[in-house]
Amino acid sequence: MIEVDNLTKRYGPTLAVSGVSFSVQKGEILGFLGPNGAGKTTTMRVITGFLPPTEGKVRVAGYDVADEPLEAKRRTGYLPETPPIYPDMTVNEYLAFVARIKGVSRRDIKKRLDEIVEKCAIADVRNRQVGKLSKGYRQRVGLAQALIHNPDVLVLDEPTAGLDPKQIIETRDLIKGLEGQHTVILSTHILPEVSKTCQRVVVINAGQIVAVGTPDELTRRLQGFETVLVTVEGPAAAIIEKFQRVPGVNWVEPRESHESRVTLEVHSEKEKDVRAELARATVESGWKLYELKTSGLSLEEIFLKLTTKDLSEEAAVKAEKAAN
Amino acid sequence: MRNVMAVAGKEMRAYFHSPIAYLVMTVYTAICGFVFYSSTAFFSLQSMRMEAQGGMGMPPLSINEYIIRPILGGVLTVVLLFLIPLITMRLYAEEKRSGTIELLLTSPLTDMEIILGKFLGALLLFAILEALTFAYFAVLYLYGNPDVKPLIANALGMLLYGGALLALGMWFSTFTKNQIIAGAVGLAAFLLLYLLDWVSAYSQGAVGQVMSYIALTTHFDNFSKGVLQLSDVVYYSSVIILGIFLTARSVEALKGRP
Repeated sequence: MIEVDNLTKRYGPTLAVSGVSFSVQKGEILGFLGPNGAGKTTTMRVITGFLPPTEGKVRVAGYDVADEPLEAKRRTGYLPETPPIYPDMTVNEYLAFVARIKGVSRRDIKKRLDEIVEKCAIADVRNRQVGKLSKGYRQRVGLAQALIHNPDVLVLDEPTAGLDPKQIIETRDLIKGLEGQHTVILSTHILPEVSKTCQRVVVINAGQIVAVGTPDELTRRLQGFETVLVTVEGPAAAIIEKFQRVPGVNWVEPRESHESRVTLEVHSEKEKDVRAELARATVESGWKLYELKTSGLSLEEIFLKLTTKDLSEEAAVKAEKAAN
Repeated sequence: MRNVMAVAGKEMRAYFHSPIAYLVMTVYTAICGFVFYSSTAFFSLQSMRMEAQGGMGMPPLSINEYIIRPILGGVLTVVLLFLIPLITMRLYAEEKRSGTIELLLTSPLTDMEIILGKFLGALLLFAILEALTFAYFAVLYLYGNPDVKPLIANALGMLLYGGALLALGMWFSTFTKNQIIAGAVGLAAFLLLYLLDWVSAYSQGAVGQVMSYIALTTHFDNFSKGVLQLSDVVYYSSVIILGIFLTARSVEALKGRP
């Protein structure tokens, strides 16, 4: 339904998005994950036809957004980061206006309006001015606006940003309810959002895709090894060296050091339990073992791993220096 | 056309939902009323003087020439230089500031439909101002008998003049998110275009002629006299088309170069 092929977007000399390709199947909800400034909004703006691509092709429902913009736009609903509302209009006036410019035929407008205010739970504020609504209501009006012409494709830029926890859950449920009827692409920098609402995730960082897959797949793929966390009291450098020699261990990374104790992350080959060996090595050398546990990667850590590679490497170097 | 009307309707509603329309209409009718009263009073005085001197075989003073022409050509053209930026400054600046420009540009509308819709919305508000002006002139029919034909030229001229300013003002509004700046740029540009005619006072050569031709108000002279001249119609129509064209280029640039 959405095909992004080798998309590159430059703002003058700044490269915002570079060689991004992915596709979204009909009825699928795709999460677009990345830190702020990663290029999520830019990519979405190209998909919705707001910005022209510098290079590459984007097709929405089979229409190229650059060559047949009107056909593509007719099939796209878009909720930008801040809902594009006219504060002086009432909800009814606003939605009727959006319906008209989105090409809903005049006699269907009333019916569509009734349906959509019901669906987005804004029926009780229909006659109030949009500018006077609370943030949660405004966001839902924004969503109603994106859905008013029953588009095949829905592009939502951080739909839950700035909402309170209850509103976040409501909005998520609303989006989840669109699964199957609409193809949805939603961006976020909040992780639970992705695991709760999306079937597939594209992780983007610094304008490039760093990973694609279901939330489960991503967890599994990044965990091509077992990780054990060990806290030991003793000389850090010697401990690392010793652990590195334990059979089955791939590499050892210092996590943190606290007074004389160091916590190490020991990565081993898959399905190989090195815990017993580590314990033996510690005791043999006369160091004190405080903690030994396996660690799985949470989505949070995967995200950090994928998007802050440079930072974590720096941290590791620092920790090593500190240990020495 | 449906889309153009939808945008135009939205613009009209925005003017009347906010204080802008009322402010502009109030200021305009107040100034109009004062000018109208003054010229009529002056006209009556002149007529009575002529009457007292026995007319000296001269035809009676023309209402068109002594009341309507100075009001339109002398005062209202200048007043509009100040009021039109108030109408146009929000057209794009407000959409840019509030983010609704994203809604418009991602809707299945062409840029030109949006531009024409906005222009038409602003022109409708201006048409109301013009109707108010001519309501004053209608009062003249209660006491005198102004010619109708010049009035038609007056009305067309004022609409063209207003349209030209609106089209340029709309273009200035695409420059910035800040309405005040858009309005200030409009006012400065309009005053400059108005004052260009001064060049012709000291330069008789080609430069003077060109400047005088470009000046916004010189072409209104014939219209205020009630004379319809093709070159004047062409001038204002060209400015309108130029303004719309420049707005289209500017909106294109808004979207960022590919």
